[in-house]
Amino acid sequence: MLELRLHGRGGQGTVVAAKILADALCSEGKFVQAFPEYGVERRGAPVKAFLRVKDDVVYERSKIYEPDHIVVLDPTLIGFVGIADGLKKGGWIIVNTTRKVEELGFDSSFRVATVAAKEIALKYHLGSESSPIVNTAILGGVVKILKLCSLKSLLDAVREGVPRKKEENVKAAEESYKKTKV
Amino acid sequence: MRKVLMGNHALSYGAKVSRAQVISAYPITPQTEVVELLSKMCASGELKAKFIKVESEHSAMAALIGASSVGVRTFTATSAQGLAHMHEMLHWAAGARTPVVMGNINRAFAPPWSVWTEQNDSLSQRDTGWMQIYAQNNQEVLDSVIQAYKVAESLDLPAMVILAAFVLSHTSETVEIPGQEKVDEFLPPYERKYKIDPDEPHAFGGLTDPDNYFELRYKIQKAMEEALEKWEEAGEEFESIFGRKYGLLETYKVSDAKSLIVSSSTIASTARNAVDRLREKGEKVGLLRIRVFRPFPAEKIRGILSSVGKAIVIDRNIGFGASGIFYQEIKAAMYNEEQKPPIFGVVTGLGGRDVSSKDIIEIYQDVIRREEPKSDIIWKGLKL
Repeated sequence: MLELRLHGRGGQGTVVAAKILADALCSEGKFVQAFPEYGVERRGAPVKAFLRVKDDVVYERSKIYEPDHIVVLDPTLIGFVGIADGLKKGGWIIVNTTRKVEELGFDSSFRVATVAAKEIALKYHLGSESSPIVNTAILGGVVKILKLCSLKSLLDAVREGVPRKKEENVKAAEESYKKTKV
Repeated sequence: MRKVLMGNHALSYGAKVSRAQVISAYPITPQTEVVELLSKMCASGELKAKFIKVESEHSAMAALIGASSVGVRTFTATSAQGLAHMHEMLHWAAGARTPVVMGNINRAFAPPWSVWTEQNDSLSQRDTGWMQIYAQNNQEVLDSVIQAYKVAESLDLPAMVILAAFVLSHTSETVEIPGQEKVDEFLPPYERKYKIDPDEPHAFGGLTDPDNYFELRYKIQKAMEEALEKWEEAGEEFESIFGRKYGLLETYKVSDAKSLIVSSSTIASTARNAVDRLREKGEKVGLLRIRVFRPFPAEKIRGILSSVGKAIVIDRNIGFGASGIFYQEIKAAMYNEEQKPPIFGVVTGLGGRDVSSKDIIEIYQDVIRREEPKSDIIWKGLKL
């Protein structure tokens, strides 16, 4: 079973990102479970979303305390919430940032990668400079680094899963996938 | 068709493929999306049903009792305070023998306000004459709605399909939506024997003197008893058509188990992982999941529990002044048995506090060290 935790802020599409990944993986025959940290969501407040992926039925129904990998949609959360809490050794932390990996200050027992999701999102007019919607723009990189599913499955799920600007979101996810080096 | 569905939408699709004809509901978090999707389906014509907007849950149930009395298939959904507000009408639905099917998302009662899961809302409706089915995942939510109509309509008893707030209602997971043709094969249209029909007038629910009332209550109890078999039959027929197996109970690794964890809903789902991990450590432990709580499958439970060394009942609810409610029921079911295990009652996860397989392992390890139950409640996860 693969377990992912996503960190973002209310309004960035963190929960939708988990759902899009779930849709993409389900379309490839996986059993998935995607859920938010249930609470009272407010714009700008730290939010978490979770994703479990398995070849057969997922029975565990708690939050994810020891994820295999972590996705950070908002880099300002680093140092503010426990991003790497419980992360398994060797797990990936994939961050939306243009900063260098070394500058992020994570323990060397983790693998860290960056995706310039904010820049990609703004290029396709997803959100605004102060409040970019980066979920689809980080997913391309996430899928490529973690080898979760095919690009086509992801793009189909993006098209289906975003409420508006469908083609812009698809392009953002595609560009993110192509620009991310593994 | 396979789709990623949240538990709320699994209920909506369950009602849709069951061809519900009248839907009436009042929104309440976390149930809201159930009726939101159904109202869209009604508006688009995808579901040929009448959606009746009402001012309260009490009215929603009243509307459905009326509709069901005419002989049509009805659906609603609610949570917590909404279910409590419906309470009077729940008795009415059962007494009028209307096979209304309802989704209830287990949400803790206020005050203080909560939107998270706990079973006290549905369990406090235990004696209303409704059948109660506790689902452990969204596939089971959808499948149970279809089966609920089958059983409910065969006995003219209402049924409640129950799912955990957020842990199912807002969790998106892989669900197979059964094809309409197959559902139609399993679930024929509802035919009501005694219905409101202006061409053939009858009196319904009028004043009934003590000479007659008693027998009507006896008949509800008899129908409930019959429902035990009907749920098993429906489960078998369902499996033959859809390939997924359901019964009154579900057991996991019980054949050689010395101790059994007994629970319901999503805690029982998570407990399966706990059992696997404890087995890896050499513990002879199994799992009994209570799926159908009303009618209560006491005979079946006795058959499974009488031969084990210890039973650990985990409740996400509390009967204030007594103990966990499943614990009470299971203890009562075992009382007259000659051979019975000590039964330990654990209360945990109230108000939606998370329960992981690690927590369940800790519960097991705590209880297994105890010789006998010294109190009716072992609290787990309590912060004092």
